[in-house]
Order: sequence, then structure tokens, then C-alpha cells
Amino acid sequence: MKPPVFEYHRPGSVAEALDVLAQTGHDGKVLAGGQSLVPLLNMRLAAPAHLVDVNWLGELDQVPCDAGGVRVGALARHARVEHDPGAAEAVPLLGQAIGDIAHTTVRNRGTVVGSLVHADPAAELPAVLVLLGGTMELASAGNRPRRVAAADFFVGPLESALRPGELATAAHFPRPPAGSGSAWVELARRHGDYAVCGVGVLVALDQGLRVSSARAALISVGPVPVPVDLTDALAGQPHDAADWAAAGRLAAAAVDPEDDIHASAAYRRHLAGVLTARAARSAAAAAASRLEASA
Amino acid sequence: MTTRTMGEPIPRREDPRLVAGDGRYLDDLGRGALAAAFVRSPHAAARVVDVDVSRALEVDGLVAIYTYEDLEGPMAEPLPLLIPHPRLHAGRTAYPLANGVVRHVGEPVAMVVARDRYLAEDACERIAVAYEPLAPVVGLDAAVAAERAVHDDVPDNVAAHMVQEHGDARAAVAAAPHRLELDLSIERSASMPLEGRGVYARWDAADRSLRVYSSTQTSTSVRFALAVKLGVPVDRVEVVAPDVGGGFGVKIVHPWPEEVLVPWAAIRLGREVKWAEDRREHFVASAHERGQRHHVSVGFDDDGRLLGLDVEFLHDNGAYTPYGIIVPIITATQLLGPYKPGAYRAEFRSLYTNTVIVTPYRGAGRPQAAFAMERTMDAIAAYLHRDRAEVRSANFIQPSEMPYDHHLTFQDGRPLVYDSGDYPATLDKIKKLVGWDEFEAFREEARAAGRRVGIGLACYVEGTGVGPYEGAHVRVETNGTVVVATGLTTQGQGHETAFAQVAAEALGVPVERVTVVTGDTRRFKYAVGTFASRAAVMSGNAVALAAGKVRAKALRIAAEALETDPDDLEVADGMVRVKGAPEREIALETVAVLANPLRYAFDEQTKLATQFVVGRGAEDPPVAEDDEPGLEATDWYSPVRSTFANGMHAVVVETDPETAEVRILRYCVVHDCGRLINPRIVEGQIHGGVAQGVGGALYERMVYDENGQLLNASFMDFLMPYASEVPKVETDHLETPSPLNPLGIKGAGEAGTIPGAAVLAAAISDAEGFFIDTMPISPSELWALREKEDG
Repeated sequence: MKPPVFEYHRPGSVAEALDVLAQTGHDGKVLAGGQSLVPLLNMRLAAPAHLVDVNWLGELDQVPCDAGGVRVGALARHARVEHDPGAAEAVPLLGQAIGDIAHTTVRNRGTVVGSLVHADPAAELPAVLVLLGGTMELASAGNRPRRVAAADFFVGPLESALRPGELATAAHFPRPPAGSGSAWVELARRHGDYAVCGVGVLVALDQGLRVSSARAALISVGPVPVPVDLTDALAGQPHDAADWAAAGRLAAAAVDPEDDIHASAAYRRHLAGVLTARAARSAAAAAASRLEASA
Repeated sequence: MTTRTMGEPIPRREDPRLVAGDGRYLDDLGRGALAAAFVRSPHAAARVVDVDVSRALEVDGLVAIYTYEDLEGPMAEPLPLLIPHPRLHAGRTAYPLANGVVRHVGEPVAMVVARDRYLAEDACERIAVAYEPLAPVVGLDAAVAAERAVHDDVPDNVAAHMVQEHGDARAAVAAAPHRLELDLSIERSASMPLEGRGVYARWDAADRSLRVYSSTQTSTSVRFALAVKLGVPVDRVEVVAPDVGGGFGVKIVHPWPEEVLVPWAAIRLGREVKWAEDRREHFVASAHERGQRHHVSVGFDDDGRLLGLDVEFLHDNGAYTPYGIIVPIITATQLLGPYKPGAYRAEFRSLYTNTVIVTPYRGAGRPQAAFAMERTMDAIAAYLHRDRAEVRSANFIQPSEMPYDHHLTFQDGRPLVYDSGDYPATLDKIKKLVGWDEFEAFREEARAAGRRVGIGLACYVEGTGVGPYEGAHVRVETNGTVVVATGLTTQGQGHETAFAQVAAEALGVPVERVTVVTGDTRRFKYAVGTFASRAAVMSGNAVALAAGKVRAKALRIAAEALETDPDDLEVADGMVRVKGAPEREIALETVAVLANPLRYAFDEQTKLATQFVVGRGAEDPPVAEDDEPGLEATDWYSPVRSTFANGMHAVVVETDPETAEVRILRYCVVHDCGRLINPRIVEGQIHGGVAQGVGGALYERMVYDENGQLLNASFMDFLMPYASEVPKVETDHLETPSPLNPLGIKGAGEAGTIPGAAVLAAAISDAEGFFIDTMPISPSELWALREKEDG
């Protein structure tokens, strides 16, 4: 469990990092928190010839929040975002989901953008980005930065739209509309494990505290996060007495899980229903309390 | 009056060192040593056709590559079969490096030595082994079907077949008024110490001597094994177990392939060589345990009293049997727990499969045994609509029946005779602790709130302190410190503290003055090892006996100095005093000085003992003919047979009606390990044991696919419970001293683990209303059982 030889680069600026990445192309890999990459290196499952360490690029360690939402820089650690008051106010779902990522030690080192780029189908943040309709900012030497919508960014298991030579500089999580609430629910075998099934739900209420729209995004039940529109099951129903089970049935029907060593596909499908119903109920309650607080 | 230290819950003196990161584990040693790494088989069964090392030779820093062809003499022979047994008719062991055939994924094929581990792994990657894959035997069904054989000369895959019987069990079952048949299975798990195996060897060419550090549970036996394998005289071999980061059974196997190859390479190269196992290697190249399938036929009367018990089981021993058939023998004999079985018959077959070998893992066949017996008790209770505790109680061996002879042969080859225990009292305590009689009210309350809860109970009896022997050496230094050495090893059990308490009490000195050395053959050469809950029983008593001898000698010398009779003296707080006249006293360190007449003085203390200061009569030799210099002694403890600890666990669980998650609400343990040396250490042993029991019941398994690939060979997918999964453990103790040893103690190391699967299966079954016959169980599996029950 020792990595093979690689060349280590420590660029002093984003521009320099992009130059190195342009030169190394397919052979280069960005090292941020290293929580997935370093084990892959040690197990010799990945063997990039060049590692480009972005941990010294303070310009990427920013989490600005505005009316549009939260922009998470590439070097912002999970823990920083989890506990950032601005982010919590703008996009509560971020902190709700990050709390289920592994353990404190991992969250102190791992980065939000790193997790998104890694595109693990069991990871929380890709689903959060998909649910909120967020975007990734991708930079490369000699080109204008491009923005890729979450729906287009996650291509397959551990596969994203990031091209060789590109650096994901930030992720943008839009602020959900007023009158909405969110919840993250997942079931893991042990505290902090990858989810057997997980779901984020965003519910919007009207002024009468009835559901106007509801959406979910589920993890560990498909190759990429699975978005499900729950509006048909819940629209027009009271925030505290909607047919949550119907929302769950929509989710269960939408996912396409597989058997693995931890759970059967049938159990995962069952969980997709149960957890979506629970998350929808919590999200509606959160929306109601936000509305009542602002009223 | 003596200084009381036995039974005191003093803090473990090793903890500040270990907890602060100041431990010296194997990989902390030998910084400058060359590193070894191994090319391991990616196939579960294959012929090795060719090993091409040419591309590896280009690696800068490569020192050597070895394959089977390089081995000669004893090194070219299979590794020892450590515990032969007449019923193990087809025992087989591996070669240090594969000799033409590999029989499990992970078996070592080539050894690389390089400047560091990185380069060694680079070279391993460049060694091209040509295999001719064979269809593997995976799982007990395939082993029994024997369409393919793991070893060509064992066509039925049966390594061992054994029957033990007392009475005519089958006839008794057939004649019983009630009968039940049960199939009960337990899957594989593993010891999984946080520190893997490791070996570091130094060869002194001028001295022609070898020092080996090994992360082992038995340094003394590794020493003898290495001498035989390497052809080095045993007095030129030293083996030291440094701090060892957990063993739990896996490190009692020896010598491992790596354990002989690393010193062998060190001698050949004349360089220091080290190998520290990584986690992936530990999963596929060390050992597993627990895989067994049992068929129980039981006959009983209207009260649930056993009339006949007939158990047949299959044991998956993996590819080789270096540790013999200890695990299934323990299952066969310890299955009976605290019960009188009427007539009893146990028959097992130990089968080869193309998987990692089996060694005893904490509990060692008993978790399976307790699962089989306790599930049977629950089934009888359900059948008769009786209380589960009541049915157990009806079958207990009574305290008045001790010693109780089961007329079977235990794992040590000795009669299975229980020495002590009060099972009815233990049951009373556990029922009170968990609130057994009040549970139905709680269940109703929970049900009203939409919650699903259940309670389980499981009992066990554990043979501990197996022989043949342990010894100890105790010496009082002239500065007053007491040095204790015993040959068995330590993997975190707190021996430095517990043995110091034993010696301090036996000698009459403050415990702070006592230091303890274990597992170092330079300090104590003869020992067996640390396993089978034996250290406290075996070395504990040996330390007490040796310290007693030292005390007797101190009294004799002090009596001469104080011109009194030894019987009039006592030792307390490190002073030898005349009883009733405490002003007439002499410090133990002064007695140590007087015990060693000197020619040379080198400090104030030794000035007191030179030939012009002290001495016997002019016509007497300075050391009497029947005496020895020094205030020290060695003694040994060798018991007639094992001593049997016992206990009961009770658990309350809640199962989620939707997700089928299992939450442990209460975990209660009542435990009887005789007299306690240190209650805090015993509690710690129980807590750690419960953690492993919970792991085996709800989380851990070895997932092999049909090709013999272990699919979850990492801590990401092999789910050892974290602190967040381990419940708070509530404990109570009963002390029925063992009559077999001077200290009256019984082992405590495995008790926390043994009934884990049994008690959790019982509680989950109780919550769900259907019978669980296979453990471990995951939420996915529990949900599937519900679906099946609901049709």
C-alpha cells in the first residue's frame, strides 16, 4: 500500500496550476483534500504521473454567499462549509448533507469541490448540486472558464464532465426560492459510511402553507444522482399532512439500484421510498417554520 | 498485614504510553532496515507456471527477489502443523513460498527485498507470474460436494472428522416426548487487529546470532520454530514481541511464511530486513474464523429439560490447517454451556476451501457454539410457550454438582470437567440487571408508540487457562525495585499492571515498585503464549508462586539479620518487620544486598554487602551449598486442566419497522471469572469483547465471490463497528473462585465476545416475531426476512 512514483507539483497560483495541468493532460491529477485520491494511490488503483497540489492556492479557499446562493471555492473544506453561517442561511441543505459525510477528521481535510469532481454515486454533494440545479466552474489554460450545469456534470460512476487539463475552481449552489425548506436523510451501515441510500428533498410551500412544488435527488441507487420530481404526489396538500408515502412511491419507481455486498437492489428501492417520504415531511416542516419565522 | 493490591481497580500503567502514541510497535523499529514485500496470488486456485522477474530487475534499489526455487532444506518444506490431532487425518500446511500451486488469493509466490517498501512494491508489480487458473472450491456446499479438491491428495476436501458422544444421543432424541430440528449458521469474520502482522530481523554475522522482533502472541515458540527452519542453534536466536497492536488469535499462528522468510533473507543478505503487513495483505493472507453450519436435533420433556442433543456441523478451515482443529473441537465441547444435555453427541467435519486459513479468533468456536445452543433453548421455549429464562434454568448444572464431568475431551486433551460456577445466581443477576420480568410492560408501552422492541438472553461457559504451563521470574533489585519477567506476550491486555499487582501483593511491596517484562525471550525463555483467556490464570499464578518463593527467601535472610525466626516476620510496604515489634525492621532492598555477597562495591548500597562488611562464618562458603546468590526466584504454574468461567448477556433492541435497522438499547453482562486481579481491566476486556461480538452479529462478514475473490478486503467494506455502533455496556460480577489455582482466578479475555451473535439474534427474533437462524444479519437481510414472512 505504497504509491508508485509520481512527480509532485506545487503551483503558487491558479494560473500556474492551469499551466501544469495543460502540460500534463491525461497524466495529471489534482490533489486537494486527498481523501479519495490518496487511498487510490496507495492501493495502486490510480497511478497518475503528475500530482498537482492546489492546497497552497489561498485564492481558492473562499465561500462567498450572496442573494444568488453560495459559491464554494475549490479549496474550501467540508467542515468550513458545514459551519459557515452564510452558507447555512443561504443553502441549509449544504450543511444538512455535509453532516453525513464520513467523520470530522475527513471533513476537516476533504473538500466540497473535490467530492463533486470525484463523482462517487454514493456521495452526498453531487445530489445536493443536482437537486439545487447548481453549476460547476471549470478553468483551463488559454480558455475562458466554462460553466457546466450539475445535470450535465455527473456522467457516470466516478466520471464527470471535467476534461484533462481542467481545474474545477468552484461550485455554485443556488439559493432555493423563498418559502422552501430542505432535508437530507440517509441510511448508512455505520456512522459516517457511504449511504446505502440517501436523499435530499426540497419542498416549496405557498402562502397557505400548502406544497407548491417538491423535488428529490437520491444517491446510491443509480450511476449518478437520481433527480425525482415529487410535485405530482404532494402539490396542494398541507405542509403537515401530505401524502408522504405517495412521494416515496414516486421515488422508489424512479430509481434503478443494483445489488451489492451491503444491500439488495430491492431493499435499496424500498429505502428510496421510505427515506424520500421522511425527507419530504422534514423539508415541508422546515419550509413551514421558515415561512412562519419570516412572517 | 499486607499491602492490598489484588482486586484494586488501579489505572493501567501502560495506557499513558500507548494512548499518547509512545508505543513501540513493530514498524516503529528498524528504521534503516531493508523492506520486504510479497507477490501474492490473485487466484483462489491455480498452478504457477512461470515467474518472470526480468522487468523487476530494472527497479533502482532492488536488493533481492526470492521464489520457491531459492529455498532449501527445512525452508523448502511445508510450514509446521502446530497442533496435530489423531482426528486431523489430512492436515496440510503451506510452503513459505508457493511450490507450484496456490490455494487461496493472497498466498505468497515471491518475496522482494528492496531499499524501501515503495521500491519493493514497484518491483512486485513488475514480476510477471504465469498462472494456470483452476476452478476453486468456495463455501461449505462446494467443499462437501467435492466436485473439485483443494488438495489433490484429499479428494473429499475433508481435513478432519470427529465424533464425541456421551450416552446414546440419537436414541434419547428419538424417545423424547418433544423434538426439534434446527439449522444454524454463522459466517466468517476475522480478528482484525489494528496493527497487522510484522517481522523485523537482524543477523549478527560475527556473533552468528539472530534477533527477530515479531508482532506475535508467542515469541518463545517463534524462537524455537525459527531455529528449526533456519538451522540456527536455538541459543543463537532471540525473539522479542514489542508493543503489539492487538492479536485476538490471528497472531498465535506461527511461524507465518513471512515470519520465516524475513529472517531467512536477513541472514542471506547480512542486512536488516523488515516487513510490516498492510491492511489488504491482512485480509487475504492472515486468517479468518467463525464460518460454520450446524444441524441440531434435540429431544426434551414438558419442562424443556434436555433429554438428548445431537449436533452435526461443518467447519470451513480454509486452504490449510496450521493450527489444527482447535476451533471445531472447542465448538463441539463448549456448546453445552451451563446445561446438562442428557445424552450428547457432536460430530464435525473440517473442510478445505480455497479461502484464507482459519485460526482461533477471540471466542474461538464458542460464539458458534453459543449460537447453536442458545438458539436451541429459545426454540424449545417458543415450542413449549414457556419463558426463555425458565427453560434455561431447568437445564442448569447446579453449584452442588461441581465439579461437573461432561465425559468429553476438551481442546487441551483433558477431560471436560467444570470446576466452579453458580449459574442460577448468575441468571438471577442478569434478570435483575436487564429487568427481564418487567420487559413485557416496556414492550407494550413501545408498541403503543409505534415502536418495535425485543429482548434476548444468552449464556455461555468458557474453558480458560489452558496449559501446559507458564513460568515467571521475580527479582528484588538492590534499589528496592522488583522486576517480574514472564514469557507470554502482551497485545494490550494490561499485563504490566495486572502482573505487577499480583507480585506486589505476594511480596508485600507497593505496586509502583514492580516492573513487568513480557514476550522477550532474552528475559524468559520458556512459555506458551497469550491466547485462550489464559494469561491471568497461567502467568498470574506463576508470578504469585515465584513472588512467594522470593518472599520466603527474604524472610529467611531477614531473620538471620534480625536474629529472629522467619515465622515471626512479615513483609509490608517493602519492609520486613518483626510482627508486633515494627521498630525491628529491615528494608527489602537491604535484604537483596545481603542476599548477594559482593567482592566489588559500586554504590552506597553495595558497600554494605562486600566481603569485609558481611559474611558467614570463616569456615562457611559465602553462599551456602543449598542456596543461590540474589533475591530472586523462578516458578511455574501447570494446571491439571482448564478452569471454566461463565456468564450471561441480555440485550434489548429496537428494530425500525420501515428500514429494518437494529438499534441496541441495552447491553447487559454478568460475568464470573473468579477472583478479580483488577476489576477495571476485566471491565475493559468485557467492553472490547462486546464490541467484537456486536461486530460479528450485525456488521462483519467475509464476502467471497464464486471465484474465491474476497470482495470486501478493506476497512471501507469490511464493517468493523466504530465507537458509534458499540452500545454502552452494563456489567455486574459474580466471583466464584476457581479451586484449581492458588489465586482462584479464571480467564476473562473472550467472555464479552462469545454470546454476541446468540443474544442479538434472540433479541431481534423477539422484536420481529420470527426465528433468525443465520448471523450476522444486516438491515437488508432483516428486511428480506420480513418480506418472506409477510408472503
